Amino acid sequence: MADLGCMIAGIESINPFWLASAPPTDKQYNVERAFAAGWGGVVWKTLGMDPPVVNVTSRYGAHKDTARGILGINNIELISDRPLEVNLREIEQVRKNYPDRIIIGSMMAPVEEELWKALAVKIANAGVHGIELNLGCPHGMCERGMGSAIGQVPKMVEDTTRWVREAVGDLPVFTKLTPNTTDILLPAEAALSGGANAVALINTVNSIIGVDLDQMAPNPVLDGKGTHGGYCGSAVKPIALHMVAEIARNAATKDLDISAIGGITTWRDGAEFIALGANALQVCTAAMLYGFRIIEDLGDGLSDFMDERGYKSIEDFRGLAMKNTVNWNDLNMNYDLKARIDQNKCIECGRCHIACEDTSHQAITVTANAEGGRAFTVVDAECVGCNLCLHVCPVPDCITMVPQDNGLPYMTWPDHPKNKGASQ
Amino acid sequence: MGEIPVFSQSGDALSKAHIAANFDDLHPPLNAQQASVQASRCLFCYEAPCVTACPTSIDIPKFIRQIATENKTGAARTILSANIMGGTCARACPTEILCEQKCVLETGEHEAVPIGHLQRHAVDHLLAQNAPHPFARAAATGKKIAVIGAGPAGLSCAHALALLGHEVTIFEARPKPGGLNEYGLAAYKMAHDFAAREVDFILGIGGIDMMYNKALGRDVKLADLREHYDAVFLGTGLGRPRALGIAGEDLDGVDDALGFIEEIRQADDLTQLDPGQNVVVIGGGNTAIDAAVQAKRLGARSVTLVYRRGPGQMGATGWEQELAATNGVVIEHWAKPVRLIGETVVHSIDFERTRLDGSKLVGTGEHFTLYADRVFKAVGQELIADGLSGIKCMSGKIVVDGTGQTSLPGVFAGGDCVASGEDLTVQAVADGKTAAAGIDAYLGETHG
Repeated sequence: MADLGCMIAGIESINPFWLASAPPTDKQYNVERAFAAGWGGVVWKTLGMDPPVVNVTSRYGAHKDTARGILGINNIELISDRPLEVNLREIEQVRKNYPDRIIIGSMMAPVEEELWKALAVKIANAGVHGIELNLGCPHGMCERGMGSAIGQVPKMVEDTTRWVREAVGDLPVFTKLTPNTTDILLPAEAALSGGANAVALINTVNSIIGVDLDQMAPNPVLDGKGTHGGYCGSAVKPIALHMVAEIARNAATKDLDISAIGGITTWRDGAEFIALGANALQVCTAAMLYGFRIIEDLGDGLSDFMDERGYKSIEDFRGLAMKNTVNWNDLNMNYDLKARIDQNKCIECGRCHIACEDTSHQAITVTANAEGGRAFTVVDAECVGCNLCLHVCPVPDCITMVPQDNGLPYMTWPDHPKNKGASQ
Repeated sequence: MGEIPVFSQSGDALSKAHIAANFDDLHPPLNAQQASVQASRCLFCYEAPCVTACPTSIDIPKFIRQIATENKTGAARTILSANIMGGTCARACPTEILCEQKCVLETGEHEAVPIGHLQRHAVDHLLAQNAPHPFARAAATGKKIAVIGAGPAGLSCAHALALLGHEVTIFEARPKPGGLNEYGLAAYKMAHDFAAREVDFILGIGGIDMMYNKALGRDVKLADLREHYDAVFLGTGLGRPRALGIAGEDLDGVDDALGFIEEIRQADDLTQLDPGQNVVVIGGGNTAIDAAVQAKRLGARSVTLVYRRGPGQMGATGWEQELAATNGVVIEHWAKPVRLIGETVVHSIDFERTRLDGSKLVGTGEHFTLYADRVFKAVGQELIADGLSGIKCMSGKIVVDGTGQTSLPGVFAGGDCVASGEDLTVQAVADGKTAAAGIDAYLGETHG
């Protein structure tokens, strides 16, 4: 059995699956249910200074497919709306009840050094394993100068990180980044400069999840009005994968530990983030949609995957996809792929044909087959190997992309004759 | 299938509540959750095979996508623009041998998208709105067309003609419209008076006059119609159930299956109908199944359906045969009736086993007897030729060309009375549409 234990910012966790700072980690009751279910750690819902914030009703909106499957949700909930002392005493209690589980204290405060330091010390004293700076909340708190209002300004990221670093001594510091920025490396480098042991990303993506066309207001509608909120869930995973990879392969930040967050729903999602260099993982939306027992398959699936591939520990495969994550200019221009359609598996829906015919390269023909049905065939001369047919095909393994041996060497765009011709 | 029906165990009459449940919708309508999940399964095929399999060529992927996007009214318009009887077809079509058989998910997942149920979901939605008719008539042409028969073919043709701006008069032999939709389909397929509601909807287009109790040959003459109307459409159906041609056919208790079905469909109180205790249905088509299953659901103790050939040759689809089996109907294959036995009332039937000798069906000489106090004949119908003199017929059907025109200029025909395809509602609707287009073209040519 593979060892699912992981290490991040000097903290050892029994598994890489933590619950992110959010409603599921708002209080002792929920957190202990999560630990009983098997989660390795939690980042407690963000604590602020008293008096606590007031939350509104109608906090979540959902983006769904036509079968009502949820692609992503957004929320307009703020940070913990319970008194700081109540939260701190509960953290102490859970630490006692679950000594082998990790609790990170998430916090935010207005941009004043003394306020950050005082709050960080109080949380540290409750016995947390580390402090996470919430610099990402894209709704509500940012209007008060906190959350993403800080995370979008690298100088403020650095300052707040340093303040916490100075206040809590050796306690690990996680700086949580907002994706609502043009270049994730700027705040990541700022966090590093400020003394962060790790970055946690992504926080939610700023969004309007939908519009209620009867009330003519953004969802979720609250007494006739709506506002932008934080988008999360499966739909944001690709954004998070990219930002994690950018930090992991950037020379200045590659040694910064990464707590990866963003749409992690399955064990495979988790493995992908680890392959791109993540040290540990945070999950929220999937747990909110299905409950805590998804941890069983997250752990079981990851463990089986590792066993099948011969990875004995998370470190054995962590970052293995990094060396293959390159800039476009490093791709091989001479690599040639052609689509192949397995006629025995084809159910004759024609989706590959119409996708290619209408929107791509007119490379899939339709002819009558011997059984009176239709045969869809790739015209190699027209096929550019784009993968569109592969993706629209509903049948597993019916369409494959087959590498063509054209005898040509690996050639990048900077070395390509056409590029050289253009530059001359 | 829907609720499990309640059968009579000992021959005791079923309660009113049980009979009511037995004759409610065979399939309850899809709820919103089922509709969105099932609609989302549709792959939106390119030149979808299901459309090719539909005699009326409904754009199925389009209407299913419209359901998925919560544009149910649009979905209904898509259906009804191709098939004005989309509501009946959604209920009565043997989708298992038409659209759903060709659904690529039948191959991919061994489970087709439930096209019929989704079609009903959309059409029922539109009809429930009580909104104005979804289609508008073209400018009046001043042309008058006589349509004989208010069955699916006649109504489809009349609606399409009205849409084109023509004035239509329908002559219907019976006191009600709908044809076999009203009189000849199992009640649990057409529950809650749907046939009548659909006719009201169709007539909502305007420009269609209904004349009831007017039979061709008896009350109206083709020659007069040709004189007074610019064109005539014959949608008479077949009309006369075939006889078995064996001894004892006139005994009490021996009836046509269609008559029995009509009795059920027109009954105000189903508990007043006596299906008999031991029922034998002779025939192998969907009408035979409709009669057998309804007899069982009305409270008959035993129902046996006897067909002279094997399951593969039955006109009833595999799905219909399974419905019969799950309703406790015993199906005897490879036997033909020789003689109906009884004094004044039928008492039993003498059957002879059959087999194929090459392609010819022959008796084996082996006989057996089934006791029956009620026998329903369902061996097909034949054309009533009354009033059709001068029109070319072949093999008991009116001959038409590709536009639906008969051998008489200006006289068109469609539905079960012509040999266009299977004798199905959906085929009749398609025929009516074809003939309406043919009539419109004919009127353009002859009257400019």
